Amino acid sequence: MKNAMQKIFSWFDERYDVTPIIDFASKKKVPVHRHMIWYYMGGVTLFLFITQVATGILLLFYYRPGADSAYESMRFILTKVNFGWLIRSIHSWSANLMVFFVFVHMFSTFFTRAYQKPRELTWLTGFILLALSLGFGFSGYLLPWNELAFFATKVGTDIAGSVPLIGKPIMAILRGGEDVSGATLTRFYAFHVAMLPAIFTVFVGIHLPFVQRQGMSEPEELAKMGENEKKVMNFFPNFFLRDALLWLIVLNVLLFLAVFYPWDLGFKADPFSPAPAGIRPEWYFMFMFQTLKFIPPHVLVFEGEVVGILLFMLAGLAWALVPFWEIKSKSRGLTHPMTIIGLIALVFIGVMTVLGYIF
Amino acid sequence: MKNKVRCTSWLCILITIITMSLLRAEITEKLRTEDKCLSCHQEMELLPADFQDYDIHLQNGLSCAGCHGGDPSSEDPEIAMSPQKGFIGIPAKKDIPQLCGKCHSKIDFMRTFQPGISTDQVQQYFTSVHGKKLNLGDKKVAECVSCHTAHQIPTVKDARSSVYPLNVPATCNHCHGDQQYMEGYKIPTDQFDKYSRSVHGQNLLEKKDISAPACNDCHGNHGATPPGIASVSHVCGNCHVNNLEFFAASPMAKPYSELEMHACEQCHGYHDVGKTFDEMVGVGEQSVCIACHSEGDKGFQSAVEIYTSVKELVNTLDSAHHKLREVQKRGMDDVDISFLLQEANQTLVYTRTLVHTFDPVKINEKSNEGVVKTREATLLADKEIKDYNFRRRGFGIATIFITILVIALFFKIRFMEKKKGNS
Amino acid sequence: MKSDQRVNGSSRRKFLNILIGGGLLGWVGSVLYPIFSYLNPPEIPEANVNSIKAGPASDFPLNQGKILKFGKKPVILIQMNAGEFKAFTATCTHLDCIVQYRQDTKQIWCACHNGVYDTNGRNLSGPPPRPLDEYKVNIINNEIIIINPAS
Repeated sequence: MKNAMQKIFSWFDERYDVTPIIDFASKKKVPVHRHMIWYYMGGVTLFLFITQVATGILLLFYYRPGADSAYESMRFILTKVNFGWLIRSIHSWSANLMVFFVFVHMFSTFFTRAYQKPRELTWLTGFILLALSLGFGFSGYLLPWNELAFFATKVGTDIAGSVPLIGKPIMAILRGGEDVSGATLTRFYAFHVAMLPAIFTVFVGIHLPFVQRQGMSEPEELAKMGENEKKVMNFFPNFFLRDALLWLIVLNVLLFLAVFYPWDLGFKADPFSPAPAGIRPEWYFMFMFQTLKFIPPHVLVFEGEVVGILLFMLAGLAWALVPFWEIKSKSRGLTHPMTIIGLIALVFIGVMTVLGYIF
Repeated sequence: MKNKVRCTSWLCILITIITMSLLRAEITEKLRTEDKCLSCHQEMELLPADFQDYDIHLQNGLSCAGCHGGDPSSEDPEIAMSPQKGFIGIPAKKDIPQLCGKCHSKIDFMRTFQPGISTDQVQQYFTSVHGKKLNLGDKKVAECVSCHTAHQIPTVKDARSSVYPLNVPATCNHCHGDQQYMEGYKIPTDQFDKYSRSVHGQNLLEKKDISAPACNDCHGNHGATPPGIASVSHVCGNCHVNNLEFFAASPMAKPYSELEMHACEQCHGYHDVGKTFDEMVGVGEQSVCIACHSEGDKGFQSAVEIYTSVKELVNTLDSAHHKLREVQKRGMDDVDISFLLQEANQTLVYTRTLVHTFDPVKINEKSNEGVVKTREATLLADKEIKDYNFRRRGFGIATIFITILVIALFFKIRFMEKKKGNS
Repeated sequence: MKSDQRVNGSSRRKFLNILIGGGLLGWVGSVLYPIFSYLNPPEIPEANVNSIKAGPASDFPLNQGKILKFGKKPVILIQMNAGEFKAFTATCTHLDCIVQYRQDTKQIWCACHNGVYDTNGRNLSGPPPRPLDEYKVNIINNEIIIINPAS
């Protein structure tokens, strides 16, 4: 067994000089401290993304985009295709879990101030990946062409259309026309299975190597210690095995959710029927939706909705550029201004999301 | 293509309505000013109590003088209402049919208003009990105005009409339900009561289904006579075709006519015909068969067999529907099962209709057909439930594998790090 | 002592490795089995959305009707004259019974309450309030294909 492995290794090494890579990999170290659990969050997100790609590709074998065939092909997958129900429910749950862990990963890097020099671009590419994930969620949600998805898309693209100046053209590009129709479905399909995966892969292809090259960020206390005092562990095999363990548990959770809480198909979308009561966006958009509801119809001269959207865009931009405007301070823990800002953001999102479901 | 045709006819209808309403408005406007009967009586607020603008005679330009005679151009009541000018005042009851018939029995006149309109109403009326009694001088019996009203007659299709299907039972009941009024005629006055409890009455009066029969659908419109023995089944057979055909070809038909029993009515009633139920067949307490048949005769035996066949299918279907609900509760695919059960339900309807052949063999054949189909559906349902359980079992197995792996990994990590001291 | 530990250690290590190897194999199998099963096409290889195949036209008897399944709904296919096919929804518009084709009167009839439709689906007499929805029929290479008109 070992001989065979060595033979294969040397075959590749002779041709591609793999040794430096192996060297680098074996030397990779991960700092060990009591907050290291957050180190796993990015990996979990990656695992969920891989699950999405795998189940998504499988779904492609049977899904048929088009106002006349999308819903029916979904029904077909759920009822007639072997394990179709499983693949679909895993895909839907994994999508939600991925967005959840993207947020967890982002907030954990924020609160540990991992965005600081030299990791500014890692943060920026990460933010772009977050936006792309939300795009995945929004575009994928429409694909079953059911009632709830249809109206959620209508409301969502309406909001996009209310951005001043560029709003209307953006809405037209999103919708493939004036209204949400079969054309919208076709282009959301193109976004979801081609454009977004390509762009996402490019940015993951930047984000991950950055992390590999620079290594994991350390908390301040650790950075001050000498090299010999720090506790570290090898990435291979120690951290990697722990990662694998966690990924297996996440997979089991996904399976549990898929079997015991299977995803609904709902009713086929009918553009002519009135919107059903209680349409809501998916939970990851809920906080924005609820905030917009709270803003009064008119703020000074401007339309409330427009003000809300612009505020969110500004907030998003500010968040993306955090490494560049960060308020530096000597305070520790909860008194640090960036921690306060982060907590405000976190609480705001949390409270708005919960309120969205109560009202 | 279809859309284009629909659009055009929609447009046609719209144009017709607008034109007619404009025309009608024109006519009534014209009448109001030029017809002095109308204008005076309106001014003096002496219009008849049931006077309505939507009256179809008024809408078509036939005003007071058209029926009452007189001179509508004169403002002087002595001239306007003079017998010399043909004024007849309020017509006598016995003269009303002829009065209406003056126009309504003339084909070439009526068909200028509506090409296919019938013009035999008066003729029919005099064949009816109402008409015959009117000729003998009866002052209480119904004539044209009793049902149609005098001054508020819209088209029959207008829901305000007293003879619109939904309103027919109430119109007939106005006299026929009044015990005091009907005294001396020696016919019951509970028809409306019974009818409103019947399945026909419920469908018409409560569910507003105007395809359900009202009084005139069985008794006729103008030739209203109680149906005779043979004619009852013919009346029912107009809609319930198969039931009548089966009965007429069954061994019951001859003895019924010999015994002068009314075919459908004997078992189902007439005014109070209720929703049929399976226990009407067989030998149980609610059965109609045991009214004549008793233990030992062939009919009794047939009744038992027929009831058994029907009940077998009913019970099989019941449990199949129960299974379907189980499938639906679990969120599994119910489309094919529902389709099969739809077909099986149809077979049950047919089996119940076949009861009227009183042939246990035929009925059993049909009910078996239904049972087979139902069993097919049940098999599919079982498969779905099995699949549901398989998923949960599969999850259990996958979890076991993953748990083994997780535990093994956990110990591997611990073991590895204890040995190498975490480097 | 140390060698004992080492021996125990390596047998424990071997056990763990076997466990991991076996678990991994089992896990990979339990992932690949559903995936391959999924890729194996089901009996009806695609969702019947807009059309169904009703069989060869030459096999379909003249002056007869047949009830077929279109998704959830029953559809009646009729051949009135040679080569002339029509298809309608088979659910009567009165109280949802399944209609049939009458060879004697060459009309579509509902046995429940004597509703009659003509061969254009129009309700002629009896209680049905609306005509039957028509489905399009195409014959390609002798194969009858019934198409949902809404598509």
